[in-house]
Amino acid sequence: MSITRDEVRRIAELARLEIPEARIDRMAAELSAVLEFAEALKRLDLEGCEPTAFAPAESPLREDALDGRRLSTDTALAAAPEGEHGFFLVPPVVENLNP
Amino acid sequence: MSAATDAWRLSALELAARVRSGEIGADEAVESGWDGPAARWEEDVHAVAHTDPAARAAGAAAARAGPDAGTGAGAPGALLGVPVLVKDNICTTDLPTTCGSRVLAGYRPPYDATIIARLRAAGAVVTGKGNMDEFAMGSSTEFSCYGPTRNPYDLERVPGGSSGGPAAAVAYGLCPLGLGSDTGGSVRQPAAFCGVFGLKPTYGRLSRYGLVAFGSSLDQIGIFARHAGDVAEAYAALAGPDPCDATTRPAPVPDVSGWEGGVRGRTFGWPANLWREGVEREIVEGLDEAAQALERAGARRVTFDFLPGEFAVATYYLVATAEASSNLARFDGVRYGPRHPASTDVRLLYTRTRSDGFGPEVQRRILLGTYALSAGYYDAYYLTAQRARTRIRREYEAAFARCDFMLLPASPTLPFRLGEKTEDPLAMYLSDIFTIGANLAGIPGLTVPVGLTAADPSPTGRPPLPRAVQLLGPDDSEPTLIAAGRVIEVRGDVAHLSRRHPTEFAWPTKR
Repeated sequence: MSITRDEVRRIAELARLEIPEARIDRMAAELSAVLEFAEALKRLDLEGCEPTAFAPAESPLREDALDGRRLSTDTALAAAPEGEHGFFLVPPVVENLNP
Repeated sequence: MSAATDAWRLSALELAARVRSGEIGADEAVESGWDGPAARWEEDVHAVAHTDPAARAAGAAAARAGPDAGTGAGAPGALLGVPVLVKDNICTTDLPTTCGSRVLAGYRPPYDATIIARLRAAGAVVTGKGNMDEFAMGSSTEFSCYGPTRNPYDLERVPGGSSGGPAAAVAYGLCPLGLGSDTGGSVRQPAAFCGVFGLKPTYGRLSRYGLVAFGSSLDQIGIFARHAGDVAEAYAALAGPDPCDATTRPAPVPDVSGWEGGVRGRTFGWPANLWREGVEREIVEGLDEAAQALERAGARRVTFDFLPGEFAVATYYLVATAEASSNLARFDGVRYGPRHPASTDVRLLYTRTRSDGFGPEVQRRILLGTYALSAGYYDAYYLTAQRARTRIRREYEAAFARCDFMLLPASPTLPFRLGEKTEDPLAMYLSDIFTIGANLAGIPGLTVPVGLTAADPSPTGRPPLPRAVQLLGPDDSEPTLIAAGRVIEVRGDVAHLSRRHPTEFAWPTKR
């Protein structure tokens, strides 16, 4: 199984990563090598094997209650690159709000 | 000996005992690795990503003031004054937490990880943050935005990874304990390369609240130490359920206080088919010596074939990358870390911040995971890998029906040279071939050092390098694994690292 240049561009777009054109061939080859290696799983008998999402462990439920901890707005915003009036600040999401 | 000046050589148990008795001050204990003969190593090894003398002094003062006992299972003050280097992906309020990545440059978390609170409750002091492969993706600690960590036994070689900083620091004597994270072997493989103990507990035994997530179904915080007894003490202090981490196991924590109890009557699995080829000779010799030590102590060897590790590696690099692509979506320049300055819309902000902030290996894995999860490939890759995971777990269950634990390599090779595998991702991934299965199955594993290779003094030769074995057991078998590790520590007839500290050797190579 090999990944094409177009597929690298498509998944980079999905992952919000910009791969320079000069690196796309190399990336396609590296990803393809791992996927070819993963073909080994086709040799594994998976009859009767349901998917496991998590390492088996009990997942206890608990009361959905506050435990007394809280972060103040200031603390939560302290590490943000930009904030204003108690909000995270980002560039415009919608290009033009005027009709 | 002068109590304070040689404090850096002591085990955590011994150091804490002397601090409790007042023979050594908590501040002297913490500073012993920074002032003493070990200090000159840091300049060359570069195990530490962040430290702060003021934070260390505050930590020592808090420890001296009396630990806030009761949150951990260990005895109060069990680790009093013991310095611990903590991997840079575990949240600390008094030091930056950056995962070795530019995308989190300067980040200071607003809270301590639960495991940090438990360390402090036991009297231990965070002495700094350990260098690591960016976001724990790597097996050599070369993929850090701070530059590589070097192996204390040979500066031309890697310390393993991704938790190479804490592993190397414990080996050269900065501190007797370190904390790392193990998603596919990132504690056990660097422990092997640096000649120290490295425990990956059962999935869910140590809280991950405050551990920056990589592969959530695989991640587990692990412990580095030079002595089996220190592993036991740290495990007792740190393990246990946490209301802030729903994946912690609610059942009582296994009692590791019998770590000196030996292995008489135990059986250990010997899956010799796994090292018939592709494993370096010195590693196989280490396995033989460890097996003989266990047999002399009254354990019985059971030989059987086990599923080759290639299947686990293939499964892992689909599951872990898929989870990583999802977990790392949060690093987008909005809530933490630096932001790309010239972003005129939010989409560009995300893309430029991430492309600038993530290094090549992290980008590679995010892309692979995105691919494995994407429409049209999900069944072929991700779902197949999840089914393979079930099969792998069953293989371990079948093995542990026949033995109490298994003995196998921690790594197929001795420490390799810097740059040897950075250009070949698949070769780097295969250095985790013996460790990855335990993460997929959720079981505990322990790396146990078995001394050094013989020196090769020829011009192309190499200095003595650490050898190690790995013990794997069923869920909650930590008491058995640590007891077996102790037997190998005591009875292995080898030049043992815990008896001969690395600083007793001349510098093998000098840059």
